[in-house]
Amino acid sequence: MKQIVVISGKGGTGKTIITASFASLAKSKVMADCDVDAADLHLLLHPTIRETHEFSAGKTALIDQQQCTQCGKCQEVCRFGAIVNYLVDPISCEGCGICFHICPEKAIKMVDNLSGKWFVSETRHGPFVHAKLGIAEENSGKLVTLVRQNAKLIAEEEEKDFVIIDGPPGIGCPVIASLSGVDIALIVTEATLSGIHDLERVAGVAHHFGIKGVVCINKFDLNLVVTGKIEEYCHGNSIGLVGKIPFDTSVTEALVRGLPVVEHSNNEVTHEVRNLWEKILRI
Amino acid sequence: MIIAVASGKGGTGKTTIAVNLALSLGNVQFLDCDVEEPNAHIFLKPEITYTHQVNLPVPKVNQDRCSYCGKCAEVCAYNAIAVVKDHVLVFPELCHGCGGCSIFCPEDAIEEINRPIGVLEEGKSGSISFIDGKLNLGEALAVPLVKAVKKAGLGICPNNDQVTSNNHLTIIDVPPGTSCPVIHSVKGSNFCLLVTEPTPFGLNDLVLAVGVLRKLRIPFGVLINRADVGDTKVDEYCQREKIPILMRIPMDRNIAIAYSKGIPMIEVKPEYKKKFIKLYEKIEQLTSG
Repeated sequence: MKQIVVISGKGGTGKTIITASFASLAKSKVMADCDVDAADLHLLLHPTIRETHEFSAGKTALIDQQQCTQCGKCQEVCRFGAIVNYLVDPISCEGCGICFHICPEKAIKMVDNLSGKWFVSETRHGPFVHAKLGIAEENSGKLVTLVRQNAKLIAEEEEKDFVIIDGPPGIGCPVIASLSGVDIALIVTEATLSGIHDLERVAGVAHHFGIKGVVCINKFDLNLVVTGKIEEYCHGNSIGLVGKIPFDTSVTEALVRGLPVVEHSNNEVTHEVRNLWEKILRI
Repeated sequence: MIIAVASGKGGTGKTTIAVNLALSLGNVQFLDCDVEEPNAHIFLKPEITYTHQVNLPVPKVNQDRCSYCGKCAEVCAYNAIAVVKDHVLVFPELCHGCGGCSIFCPEDAIEEINRPIGVLEEGKSGSISFIDGKLNLGEALAVPLVKAVKKAGLGICPNNDQVTSNNHLTIIDVPPGTSCPVIHSVKGSNFCLLVTEPTPFGLNDLVLAVGVLRKLRIPFGVLINRADVGDTKVDEYCQREKIPILMRIPMDRNIAIAYSKGIPMIEVKPEYKKKFIKLYEKIEQLTSG
């Protein structure tokens, strides 16, 4: 069983569109949406939720105003500026608990956060594990790890060939959690200076964690000079270039219809996406 | 006045809008809080005059003084320090820098040393003062760097909305998503402009972003980019929720090509300069009441 993650650095380069097409093209797989704070893959896979689990991670301080003598020790030690006027701002609190330990009146409790939910679903393309981070909640990296663990478990139990993971944008905590221990990271970039800038950073992160990265250029025909630069970059860093997808309005049309693009049209875009999947199969 | 430009979904045009709004108005401060993938510098091409390292304090244990009592591990909420028989193990990448271990160590055996997590750059692009942060590759914690960018730009750490009275206009380019780095970027802003696109993904992530802003009690409005593609559901949603739509930008291949080359859209479409000034006037009206 192989784990493949689709990442991009820059947001909006087409990760989810491509991942959804892989759901349609791959025969034996479990799908996982690890972009837990702005999950979109469900809009193309139309899951029927079979299991819902609560996700709790981290704690937030709460001051009992009856017991508090306003000595101010908690405010002094908090490095996150989370306590003002003997009240905790839950958004700033990082749950370190130093205030709880230092309070001489034992007036502070640490309360578990309900940070989100995760789901095991059935789709017409097989099992799908996804999640929803609570509004303004933290710990998305831990939720990503939970989604991945469960997708992997199902893949092993049902003897699937792949876990295909839709990753988040950026290079921080949730990306690292999506990336660690995968077999292949497909980096979807676009033919823009921002695209190449962000590709270099996220490819650097994949390299840092010893993950094999391959690159696909989306909307490559938008700027052929930049596409050339991305090709040069890949060549110079021994990163495989596995796809070049042209700009086409059929991609948006498929999205509006709620379909993976390979199920919506039969054109150059879908031809390239199929080729991309074939190339990944051969890695 | 602080205006944050956010979106939920990535690639809707946050940086384009933030940059062109700043260029149209001139004489503003620009903070790029997308420290994982900062791109505004590609368009603003600032002359960087000051670069400095941003650190997080992490524990260093003096083994001579340590009695292996385990208090540090007991108070650490992040499992960043562990005591095994006569060894103390520190996992710096898990440490949030709260300082608990050093405060509670009964032997005074823990000092804090700096661990670099990224760099902060300050400079000028014409009349725009510019600050961005660049997270080191492989570094998980973006929030301390976001806070450093805001502190450098706004003078004080923008916790607890202390920054609301600021005469200077500051425009913040926010990272995509809805989790911690986004919250710390928009926190303390007077207004948040949500850039979306009229597709199911755009709508889904707009709804999530609206949830965050309502929880943070920050006034907001919507800008619909590539307004003539997709469907009408973003419009219907905004109407239902009484969210003002402040501007629409139709799909234009010339804007996309300029973007691909790192050229701000008002250079190829100068007529937009007036529209961005108008956008700012609408935001002023919305925040003055």
